[in-house]
Amino acid sequence: MRKNPLEFLRGLWTTFRSMFERPVTYQYPEIKRPVRERFRGRHELKRYDNGLEKCIGCALCAAACPADAIFVEAAENNDEARYSPGERYASTYEINLLRCIFCGYCEDACPTEAIVLEHNYEVSFTERRQAIYTKERLLVPVPENGRQTPMKVSPGSFDRAIPEMEDPK
Amino acid sequence: MDLRLLIEWSIKSIVIILIILGGFAYLTLYERRANARIQTRIGPNRAGPWGLLQPIADAIKLIFKEELIPEKSDKVLFVLAPVITVVPALILLAVIPMGPDILGINIGLADGINVGVLYIMAVASIAVYGIVIAGWASNNKYALLGGLRATAQMVSYELSLALAFVGPILLANTLNIREIVVAQKGLWFVILQPLGFLIYFIAGVAEVNRAPFDMPEAEQELIAGYHVEYSGLKFALFFMAEYGKMIVISFIGATLFLGGYWGPFVDQAPLLGPIYLFAKVIVLLFVLIWIRATFPRIRYDRLMAFGWKIMLPAALFNVVITAAIVLLVGG
Repeated sequence: MRKNPLEFLRGLWTTFRSMFERPVTYQYPEIKRPVRERFRGRHELKRYDNGLEKCIGCALCAAACPADAIFVEAAENNDEARYSPGERYASTYEINLLRCIFCGYCEDACPTEAIVLEHNYEVSFTERRQAIYTKERLLVPVPENGRQTPMKVSPGSFDRAIPEMEDPK
Repeated sequence: MDLRLLIEWSIKSIVIILIILGGFAYLTLYERRANARIQTRIGPNRAGPWGLLQPIADAIKLIFKEELIPEKSDKVLFVLAPVITVVPALILLAVIPMGPDILGINIGLADGINVGVLYIMAVASIAVYGIVIAGWASNNKYALLGGLRATAQMVSYELSLALAFVGPILLANTLNIREIVVAQKGLWFVILQPLGFLIYFIAGVAEVNRAPFDMPEAEQELIAGYHVEYSGLKFALFFMAEYGKMIVISFIGATLFLGGYWGPFVDQAPLLGPIYLFAKVIVLLFVLIWIRATFPRIRYDRLMAFGWKIMLPAALFNVVITAAIVLLVGG
């Protein structure tokens, strides 16, 4: 142990100097610090460019979820009222954000890359009911040039549930 | 007693109590802002401009909190303890000379009494009782340990504190605080008594239980020490006592060692006197906050060893040297 009392002064000088550094504080509600690209925030259910939902109601995300936060119920698609490519779509899709641990396993399990943990971290509730995000709240808006689901499509054009695989670009 | 004097004293008393109460509120803000700056943060800046309404928001919050009295506590003492703690902090300022006479009116309350320093010593010691009683009456092991630590610590450091007072008393050859300040007109006593001032300051920090001597309320070991069972306004009173005593310690330090209200041009414009005094107090308060932001809490046995083995001999040495020099030079 060093017993030089001047070390106290050195400590005081260090803290005094730090008073003149720029504060690291972000004035939060006004200035939001950008999150990292791979940040895992609230989920979103994605759509294809033509407006069809990517989710095919397979419930692999619910199976992968360690917190049992996801509930999926599937229903049959047809060409008159098509929600997603392939046979089935998610008629009910609910995530309980009070249970969700934001691990991202659902994202990994999804065969169509329909569910993605996006960058929204402002998920606070005043009531338990609000913590359950239904499909309407999770689904992203229809992109430009897309149509709202359910849509009427020409027969046989969207029979394949899983998109064609491409080589990584 | 004539009526005019009574009214004058009442007004002065109210002003002095308001200095402590308002000072306490804004000292909390000052401390939070200064601490934040030292930690390269900004600190509370949302309530009002620069966070100036923060203390008011805190006060409103504390007033509306539930007042909890533990079932097995000693209820009379439990209620009495915060009062005993806070009253000394409020009345200590009475003997501090606030400035020179303005238009022939003395603006201190009782700064001319001939036992001023003794009054400070006596009243400051009473606060220990409040803390011990709070620790005992709460019927809680943490509170009791905090109270015991507080007693031991305050009794030990009070000796050094009292001996540090002896320096200015010997130099000014009086116990009258106004005369002590007058004696510092040319030369502040801190220059003649650097060791005395250092001892006074360290013992003062220990006396008000501030970091790094905040053993009685060591959060990590004792949760909050003697005020662990207190909530709402009673907790606010303990808080007020701690911060009020910080202000008082700064006032006494400024008065006995840093020349009180003296500064350039006080002779011509006596109104500058109180301003200089307050400026010195604010600087001393900053040092208290700065020390808290810098040093970790010291271990309890080292605290006692430091108090008895270093502070007390150093204070005694200072007294002997001062007395010898005053005798030789002829004071």
